[in-house]
Amino acid sequence: MTNKVLEFTNVSFHYQATKASKPTVIFDQVDWHVKEGEFVSIIGPSGYGKSTLFRLVTGLENPDSGKISLNGEVTMGRLGKVGYMPQQDLLMPWRTILENVQLPVELQGRKPSSDEIIQLLADFGLAGEENAYPGNLSGGMRQRVSFLRTILTGSNILLLDEPFSALDAITRLTMQEWLIDQWQKLDKTIVFITHDIDEALFLSDRIFVLAEKPVQTIREVIVPLSRPRTMRDLARPELMELKEQLIGDLRSEARL
Amino acid sequence: MKKMTSYSWSILFVAIVLGVWEIAARLYDKSFLFPSPSAILIRLWELKTELFIHHLPPTALTILIGLSISIIIGSTLAIAMYSKKPIEQAFYPILIASQTIPVIALAPIFVLWFGYSIWSKVAVTVLITFFPITVSVFDGLRSSDKNLHELMRTMGASSKDIFYKLDLPSALPSFFSGLKVAVTLSVIGAAIGEWLGAQAGLGYFSRRMMTQFDSAAVFAPIVLLSAVGIIFFLFVVILEKHFLHWRNHQ
Repeated sequence: MTNKVLEFTNVSFHYQATKASKPTVIFDQVDWHVKEGEFVSIIGPSGYGKSTLFRLVTGLENPDSGKISLNGEVTMGRLGKVGYMPQQDLLMPWRTILENVQLPVELQGRKPSSDEIIQLLADFGLAGEENAYPGNLSGGMRQRVSFLRTILTGSNILLLDEPFSALDAITRLTMQEWLIDQWQKLDKTIVFITHDIDEALFLSDRIFVLAEKPVQTIREVIVPLSRPRTMRDLARPELMELKEQLIGDLRSEARL
Repeated sequence: MKKMTSYSWSILFVAIVLGVWEIAARLYDKSFLFPSPSAILIRLWELKTELFIHHLPPTALTILIGLSISIIIGSTLAIAMYSKKPIEQAFYPILIASQTIPVIALAPIFVLWFGYSIWSKVAVTVLITFFPITVSVFDGLRSSDKNLHELMRTMGASSKDIFYKLDLPSALPSFFSGLKVAVTLSVIGAAIGEWLGAQAGLGYFSRRMMTQFDSAAVFAPIVLLSAVGIIFFLFVVILEKHFLHWRNHQ
């Protein structure tokens, strides 16, 4: 459990000036790491670099200086090496569920095995939906399809970008429990973006707070809960206190 | 059932128009100027061999060749404009400007260039149908989801993968909309081309009958032209249903 699967060393990054805005420095010499098999969350107000962090990890952007290493290997070509699940499900409406899930396998030039994927769909509560189109599925089901597609990238690191933010409260709760279940079965490292503090506390081993502009240090909060957890654990006094403190951190920044 | 009722309303409307026309034409009673629908149908029947054997095939062929050329050139140009910004900047303004040129006024020059062969009519058809196809394919390609584009990149997709698996399927709905417009325009293009000079064709025949004051025979090929347009249109609708069948699931 001590292998660092994802590590930032002295990473700086800024967005180029556009017509509408001045150049914005997002990260200034940031160090950060995630260990193998961890479930960590990133919280922070909008515009504080949560999505940029993911863009750097996936390789959509490269740092101005500093190193990003995946599984102990420093590399510029990170595209195709990390499983990224976006906020919207982004399923292709013209592909069936099966074809959507097979996309990453196809892109790697491997031959997708339908039987195996149909079995996985069944494990994900999507039995019999392989030939349906995304338009026929509920929001929760589409997110599960999107998650399965992310898993089939074959990567050991999964980045989930507010995957449940568009779901209603009940579906969301079910999906959170389901996600923890899957994480424990799959033996993957998950980095989860959210702006819901309860969600972060319930799901994660560690929480990282992005609350400065530009980010110089990513504050780490260890969640003092063992697993399995229930929603009731969040009502414990020490958790309430931690939550107050996190809200305080984010609010003092959001006001600026 | 709902579809049936919507069709039956339009059938009813057409029936009323034809009925009024029939009565008006009979009251006016100058069939060489204003023929009744029944007179047109009778004339169509009398001329059936000539129209179907001699004049329909060249017109249908002009439409088919013209449309095919437009689809090939238009899609190619649209893809080129989408993939290379300088090509877009060079061609897009010209493309828009070209639509302000009255195509009909240009038609005589095609007769000069291509003579009375089928190619002068094809040229008019291409010129008139090229624009909707190019613009619809271009807009369709541009409508592809940018987030999905990035997601595919995080999966290690090459630009070729993204083009074939994302851009092209995204462009199909728009392409079919453009094709429907182009099909209806192609009938007009072929007819105009034939007016200027031809030895056969529905547009040519219609115009020739005008000089003979046989107005029922002017209308008869027009009925056929319109039928050709409707048939091509329905064919596109069938293709569209086939390729975009996933849209029924939304």
